[in-house]
Amino acid sequence: MTVYDIIFYLFALITIGSAFFVVTLRNIVYSAFFLLFTLFGIAGLYVLLSADFIAIVQLVVYVGGILVLLLFGVMLTHKITNVQIKTGTLQIIPSAVAVLVLAFALIKIFLTTNWKTMELVSQNSSAQGLGVLLINQYSVVFELLGILLLIALIGAASMARR
Amino acid sequence: MIYEFLSNITGSEILGAIISAFLPLFLFILPFALIAVLLERKVSAHMQDRLGPMRVGYHGILQTVADILKLIQKEDITADANDKTLFNLAPILVFAGSYAVFAAIPFSSSYLGSNINLGLFFIIGISGIVVAGILMAGWASNNKYTLLGAMRSAAQLISYEIPTIMIVVTILMVTGTLNLKEITELQSGYFWNWLIFGGNVTGIAKYLLIPFMIVGFVIIYISTLAEVNRTPFDIPEAESELVSGYHTEYSGMKFAMFFLAEYANMFAVSAIVVLLFFGGYHSPFGYLGNTFGITWLIPIEQLLWFTFKGVGFVLVQMWLRWTLPRLRVDQLMAVCWKYLIPIAFVNLLIVGLITLL
Repeated sequence: MTVYDIIFYLFALITIGSAFFVVTLRNIVYSAFFLLFTLFGIAGLYVLLSADFIAIVQLVVYVGGILVLLLFGVMLTHKITNVQIKTGTLQIIPSAVAVLVLAFALIKIFLTTNWKTMELVSQNSSAQGLGVLLINQYSVVFELLGILLLIALIGAASMARR
Repeated sequence: MIYEFLSNITGSEILGAIISAFLPLFLFILPFALIAVLLERKVSAHMQDRLGPMRVGYHGILQTVADILKLIQKEDITADANDKTLFNLAPILVFAGSYAVFAAIPFSSSYLGSNINLGLFFIIGISGIVVAGILMAGWASNNKYTLLGAMRSAAQLISYEIPTIMIVVTILMVTGTLNLKEITELQSGYFWNWLIFGGNVTGIAKYLLIPFMIVGFVIIYISTLAEVNRTPFDIPEAESELVSGYHTEYSGMKFAMFFLAEYANMFAVSAIVVLLFFGGYHSPFGYLGNTFGITWLIPIEQLLWFTFKGVGFVLVQMWLRWTLPRLRVDQLMAVCWKYLIPIAFVNLLIVGLITLL
């Protein structure tokens, strides 16, 4: 076991353990806070794969943005309205079937794929290459995605004004 | 680099990493907080024509030490209605978030926690954890004042992150790198190479850049001031309406952790401003080590210069705190969305055009 392995297992444990609690806990605020650790663990795993840019974007977008939005939503409704928000189990049989099928498919793919292993290349930074690719090869897609996000923003703003 | 040095001395990578991770805390944040708390009280007192703490030590120098001893002895109160787990976790999370920022700050050319290429972006990203921690503290206290304070704080942090990022992008366009050490090295030499004076760009572009750099500096200073919840942006802990915001229910050492995180944040934010606009750890006039030919003196001088500049901006924060009244919530949002963000956008465009020329 090298230091790398120890850190990998630590982050994997954080991710899987907290993801388990996100699903099983009854209190929805707890679930939301455990999601923080899941997202953080995933960011750590990205760093270990030397995808530093994606790791930080993960932190900015998910932890700083989506998770906080989620917490706002939960906190503004929880304990203020009389409705107690709890996660319960509904429709056990269909969901169990669906989950089993999905798990089977994933395991099958995992076992049958011919994985290509590469030597770990110590990259300087993934951000520069990513930027060059976005501007040159995928510039149309990039612009279209920007327009899509702009439409979503304008839509959200106009809905909030109503 | 300090990490290699430590792992050579201790003979183990892990031990070296752990020691170098604790260094900024014990060498920097704790002494800084000790001095800054006293300084804050003294500065405020002298601004209001008072004397401030005078009893412990000469002119009250040991006041903070006494305060900390008092905080250690205090009972750790957890009210029955508090959510125990989250209540205990929140101060740790807030402190961890604000301490993680120090991992990427270069204190001097030979002391830097991690020389990552996206250092500046990392600092912005990791502060998201602080927001979650504040919300956690506010919710777990189960008290309407704390919840309101936490909500305000989170809303403010998120809104003011936008102008900060706009200015960071502006800097990125001039420097072409997000690596904080490289940004600092670009500003080496004398003080007219600092980014507020246009960086080491040559020719007419340098003079064109200066006014826009000053605008950028003012915007990032205002928005980072709002991010650390200092007056005039301290509505999250407005004493007159919300008791003291999200840490109302905390006592003893947990309160001390929030306090420490707040002061660590104050310095971190000043350090970012210093790194981006005021040459980081570089001296404005050259080094004594170079004049006398003593190379080991240079990093120490750089550390001193960095601390000096950072504490200077912390002093400006204190000065503003005791000068300006608090903003209302709607004014706070108006300042951010109606003034800072449009100005930052225009600034970004103009700086982009100038760097293209």
